[in-house]
Amino acid sequence: MRSAADDDAVAFRVGTGLHHGRWLFVRAFVACVHFVCVAPLRPETPRRLHLSFVRVVVAFVIFVFVMPLPASARQDARLVIGSKNFTESRILGEIMALLIEAHTEIEVDHRSGLGGTLVCFTAIERGEIDLYPEYTGTAWSIILNETDRIDDRLRAFLHVQSRFRERYDLEWLPPFGLNNSYALAMREEQAAALDVRTISDLIPHAASLRAGFSIEFVNRDDGWLGLGPFYGLAFAGVRAMEHGLAYEAIAGGAIDVIDAYTTDGKLLRYPLRVLEDDRGFFPPYNAAPVLRGETLRAHPELGALFERLAFRLPDRVMIELNHAVEERGRDFREVARGFLVAEGLIDADEALDVDPGAGRDGVVAFMLGRWDDTLRLGWRHLQLSLAAVLLAVLVAVPLGIAVARHRVAERIALGAAGIVQTIPSLALLAFMIAIPGLGLSVRSAIVALFLYAVLPILRNTHTGLRSISPELLDAAVGIGLTPRQILFRVQLPLATRTIMAGVRTATVISIGVATLAAFIGAGGLGEPIVTGLYLNDTRLILSGAIPAAILAVVADALLGRLEVWLTPRGVQADV
Amino acid sequence: MIRLEQASRTFTRASGEPVYALKGLDLEIRKGETLALLGPSGCGKTTTLRLINRLIEPSSGRIVVGGEDTAGLDPVRLRRRMGYVVQSGGLFPHLTVARNVGLLCEIEGWRRPEVDQRVNELLALVHLPPAEFRDRHPGELSGGQRQRVGVARALALDPEILLMDEPFGALDPITRTELQREFLELEKLVAKTVVLVSHDLDEAFLLGDRVALLSEGELVQLGTPDALRSAPATPWVERFLSGRAQ
Ligand SMILES: Nc1ncnc2c1ncn2[C@@H]1O[C@H](COP(=O)(O)OP(=O)(O)OP(=O)(O)O)[C@@H](O)[C@H]1O
Ligand SMILES: [Mg+2]
Repeated sequence: MRSAADDDAVAFRVGTGLHHGRWLFVRAFVACVHFVCVAPLRPETPRRLHLSFVRVVVAFVIFVFVMPLPASARQDARLVIGSKNFTESRILGEIMALLIEAHTEIEVDHRSGLGGTLVCFTAIERGEIDLYPEYTGTAWSIILNETDRIDDRLRAFLHVQSRFRERYDLEWLPPFGLNNSYALAMREEQAAALDVRTISDLIPHAASLRAGFSIEFVNRDDGWLGLGPFYGLAFAGVRAMEHGLAYEAIAGGAIDVIDAYTTDGKLLRYPLRVLEDDRGFFPPYNAAPVLRGETLRAHPELGALFERLAFRLPDRVMIELNHAVEERGRDFREVARGFLVAEGLIDADEALDVDPGAGRDGVVAFMLGRWDDTLRLGWRHLQLSLAAVLLAVLVAVPLGIAVARHRVAERIALGAAGIVQTIPSLALLAFMIAIPGLGLSVRSAIVALFLYAVLPILRNTHTGLRSISPELLDAAVGIGLTPRQILFRVQLPLATRTIMAGVRTATVISIGVATLAAFIGAGGLGEPIVTGLYLNDTRLILSGAIPAAILAVVADALLGRLEVWLTPRGVQADV
Repeated sequence: MIRLEQASRTFTRASGEPVYALKGLDLEIRKGETLALLGPSGCGKTTTLRLINRLIEPSSGRIVVGGEDTAGLDPVRLRRRMGYVVQSGGLFPHLTVARNVGLLCEIEGWRRPEVDQRVNELLALVHLPPAEFRDRHPGELSGGQRQRVGVARALALDPEILLMDEPFGALDPITRTELQREFLELEKLVAKTVVLVSHDLDEAFLLGDRVALLSEGELVQLGTPDALRSAPATPWVERFLSGRAQ
């Protein structure tokens, strides 16, 4: 698979106009860095050390900003497909990508693993992506905020289709055929013995059956809260449990009824019978491609192309595809291609470009096999985190200095930074991509990380300055130092240690949160973690988590050294 | 050299009610003399000193230094004409002894060898062998040594005036006596105009050419130690000098 980062790198080098602008930016940055970090050290640092420090900072800035950092996901000549961060969505994304590649001249870029509905929808609305698979039920309740129940599949589809067209100029293409809704499931032999085919059939037996439902399902109005009263179902017991465990529990006979997704690949692993929702309680979740109206007008052939895919993916087929990826460890693209070839939608002889090394090695061998990927992702991860921290230093240190003189400003600044800290990371990321100029890009990730990094640095700058004794400052004024000299020669050197501790905290936080950048397609070590999480592949998770942890530990240690190096000798002993 | 004319200073309490720290003080400090400001705690000694180098501004009245009203002078330039010594020295903990002492020379743009030479002179003057002390940090000094460095720093730009706020207040009696003796020697050498705040009777009488006795923001008596002792202006002065007034 071609990596998005490589493409972006090329795009970056080609965009010479941008290049020029960025150089100006870099020079402005160097000036700021010099002002903030270097000037105060000058009196304390011997000439040679001082020069080498400037060089380190300059090199660092160039490292972060001039090395290939993609400006945006967007490339005008191509079509960008998005998919959400779970197996089915990604398979559907791959199917759409392969289909378009095989039948049109359009270049396709698939940004998989975007962090859920909010991220996908914001991205397509802003034109960051052109196409993604969506579910009617999700669009109905989460995007359109419709509150009344709907059970008719066709009406639901037509409703979201016309609303999306009017409000957002987004086009719902013909559905894939699958309906990924909730369902109840029982062990096949028990269902056969009791002759239960539908949920209504359960009613007479419910009092002797034990249910184990996923935590989410238990608490939802369109889950157990609504279902029980709707059908008049009362089980012998209802337990809330982790969804993955529920499958093991029902297979082992500890429970008798579970909730399931109707297209879940696990339905093939265990001999389970999915009960028909005969009275139509569960809302329809029919999947279909959602395409930007603009893109459709530019490429009308896409309409006809997706007609050919319509209803080719009923639940039964989707279950098999999900199963192939999740349970048998096969590659997304390979599974998608297999399906398209079997359906006669693409030719079998098109070259297969499947990832090697998808076997079942041990963790270490697996990670070594992914060495190149890990390096690339780790590099990106580092860029994201360090760029954010650097920006935060440049903003938070001067801000901390400015507000330390002003009680009200200090409250406001610390309060605002504190509030940002309480926003869940994913929500902040989703919010970023809605901002013009940021979008579904590395910039959004950097800005979000930056916002998190501001608080520890701001707070420590403030604390560091505030903890200098008033008598000392009085002496500094009294012997005839100017406010500027006091700041650079007394306050900042004395606060360096505390400020650097804040920078360390910010860096460690950034490296941690940067794993979430994968949710908006900004790459980093979160990529294998996110993929691993929905594939339930521990090795994949570890191949992202271990390097990320190492990165955090190493960065912390290096910054610790830097802290010691920068802290003037006379204040090192006492903390 | 320094003249305070009807200098008053009020502070506003948290309750909003104003307090007089100094009430219409008239005081002249002559060139080359050491004037000791003496009086009980809270009588306005520190306030007087800080008015001179504009760490605080008078609420009314004026302060004249070398014939010029300080209100019209740049406070930073004014302060560099006056050495400032505070209790415990007020040294910068992140700078070495040499950098503390030479800081103002450095800021004034002196060349490196000049700064180094000046620092060595000053350290020798306060009885700290430069070779041994230059590269230490304040944290590695005793209280008395710190105070000496504080004095050396105050003398760096060779100011005409030295302002000292209880410079020996935080020292043990033996060290204090030693430093007081050294101060007298030093004064003979450098002949500065010194304003020295003290709440210690013996110290004021030992070091001051004249003593200004303050009480509740007002000047009660001004004169040589002998004059004060032989002719106390009020019964309160008499009691204060005998150590019974507080
Ligand atoms: N910043 C301030 N705010 C309010 N009141 C003040 C302030 N500074 C001084 N004062 C008051 O002014 C009066 C004189 O204070 P000053 O510091 O000059 O006393 P002092 O003679 O130096 O006393 P001490 O020997 O205890 O140092 C005191 O009553 C003090 O409470
Ligand atoms: Mg005082």
